[in-house]
Amino acid sequence: MRLPTQWLGVAPFFIFAIMFLILPTLYLMLGAFQNDAGEFTLENIAALAQPSIVAAYWISIKISLASSLIGAFAGLAIAIAIVRGGLPDWIRSATLTFSGVASNFAGVPLAFAFLATLGRLGLATVILNTVFGLNIYAHGFNILSFWGLTLTYVYFQIPLMVVIIVPAIDGLKKEWGEAAATLGATMSQYWRMVVIPVIWPSFLGTVILLFANAFGAIATAYALTGSSLNIVPILLYAQIRGDVLHNAHLGYAIAFGMIVITGLANVFYIWFRTRSERWLK
Amino acid sequence: MKSGKFWAWLVFALGAAYFFIPLIATVEFSMRMRRGEYSFDAYKVVLGDARFQATFGYSVLAAVFTIILGVLIVVPAAYWIRLRLPQLRPIVEFITLLPLVIPAIVIVFGYIRMYGSNSPLPFLATDTGTTALLVIGYATLALPYMYRAVDTGLRTIDVRTLTEAAQILGAGWGTIITRVILPNVLIAVLSGAFLTFAIVIGEFTMASLLNRPAFGPYLQNIGANRAYEPAALAIIAFAITWGCMSLIQILSRFAPRSANRPN
Repeated sequence: MRLPTQWLGVAPFFIFAIMFLILPTLYLMLGAFQNDAGEFTLENIAALAQPSIVAAYWISIKISLASSLIGAFAGLAIAIAIVRGGLPDWIRSATLTFSGVASNFAGVPLAFAFLATLGRLGLATVILNTVFGLNIYAHGFNILSFWGLTLTYVYFQIPLMVVIIVPAIDGLKKEWGEAAATLGATMSQYWRMVVIPVIWPSFLGTVILLFANAFGAIATAYALTGSSLNIVPILLYAQIRGDVLHNAHLGYAIAFGMIVITGLANVFYIWFRTRSERWLK
Repeated sequence: MKSGKFWAWLVFALGAAYFFIPLIATVEFSMRMRRGEYSFDAYKVVLGDARFQATFGYSVLAAVFTIILGVLIVVPAAYWIRLRLPQLRPIVEFITLLPLVIPAIVIVFGYIRMYGSNSPLPFLATDTGTTALLVIGYATLALPYMYRAVDTGLRTIDVRTLTEAAQILGAGWGTIITRVILPNVLIAVLSGAFLTFAIVIGEFTMASLLNRPAFGPYLQNIGANRAYEPAALAIIAFAITWGCMSLIQILSRFAPRSANRPN
């Protein structure tokens, strides 16, 4: 009699999580190792090695890596500027508010905004052309390309970095700076030997989070490029809609590959996170 | 120190330029519909479009149900873990982080395969079932945010004392949760709710793969077929996101700092 009431409060949560989060994922992961007859096979995983799928994974990884690194360093610079740069207080709070909004401004509308900015008739494209005489499209830029998509992803990556890293920078105790100064450290020594080692784990952890964030995203890319840019989520989307690979289990294998990559990324994230928490209590 | 300030301003200005230019460009583009002059025609066309109203209404409703479902799942679990089962906390926290690990497209792919018309639980056999599955999918996407919001809210109140006081006064579990705990974490729940709303309202992947007439697929469709309306829609979507985040900020001012005073 005691056990049921004890578990009653958490039962809906666990039933929900198992039915709609864990089982569907397991189903795909098992499906990746089965053939149509339900027998165990590694063929689906082996079939991921075909050039078009490898290319899709590769471009996804490149875009996620580029956008997370650019987003991370730019976000860190902005965070340091607003926390430690001696800027007025309202800039700090305005930046944080805006970051909260911009980090959630993703998906289809973000693609529209960048088309209006850097598309062929976008404001920035036109102004660069008419005022500065720089026709970026003649120089090989295209919003429907690797750099176009990366530049667009950065729009939600930077604010996400700002939101996560500002508390870490806030956690740098004033005493550490004073202690370093008392011991005769220069500004660069203080940064190199105190600030960077302390921020490093949460910075790297956030980079990985940004990577996973970009890797699973589809809406922005799809609205921006249609299916002209062959990233993994778009490939999987096409496969779910119309079995373009003519092999249902290959779709499972692609999903499995995505989970492996974002899963690995998150294992590293948790590892870095626990390391950073030691300092930032 | 002087040069430090210069660099800070420079970084801030570059960041502000990167973030404001697309917004300005989008506003400008959205007003270009009428030849030779700026107008709000694109907004009029969009807001007057029957499909805009229908899909937006559908997504608002889906968001409301997502929030209700999320609250029903998360509040009792988070409360119970604080009160009785703290040993489950790491497991529950791990599960609530899973939606950040498993991409939405993979989750919905799993649903399509598991809950098809021929399965034991044929959600996809009916329209209502598919919509229910969409709401469920949205609730999983919102899980990390909802759980963290509610857990933060519970941390600021003394769950044990409140529960015991209510029990002494003869309250049952239902009364305790709905009339004692929920009002105390209402602000946290509302923060989670607005964040959920912001995430769900324009969601594309799940709605599109489940073939639901939602706002996200409508946006994508307009983007593929029109010139100026997408820019107007982007501004509207930005305004909605901004609205949700502002409401969260305003609410957080009313949140109790900490009622959990250690004697």
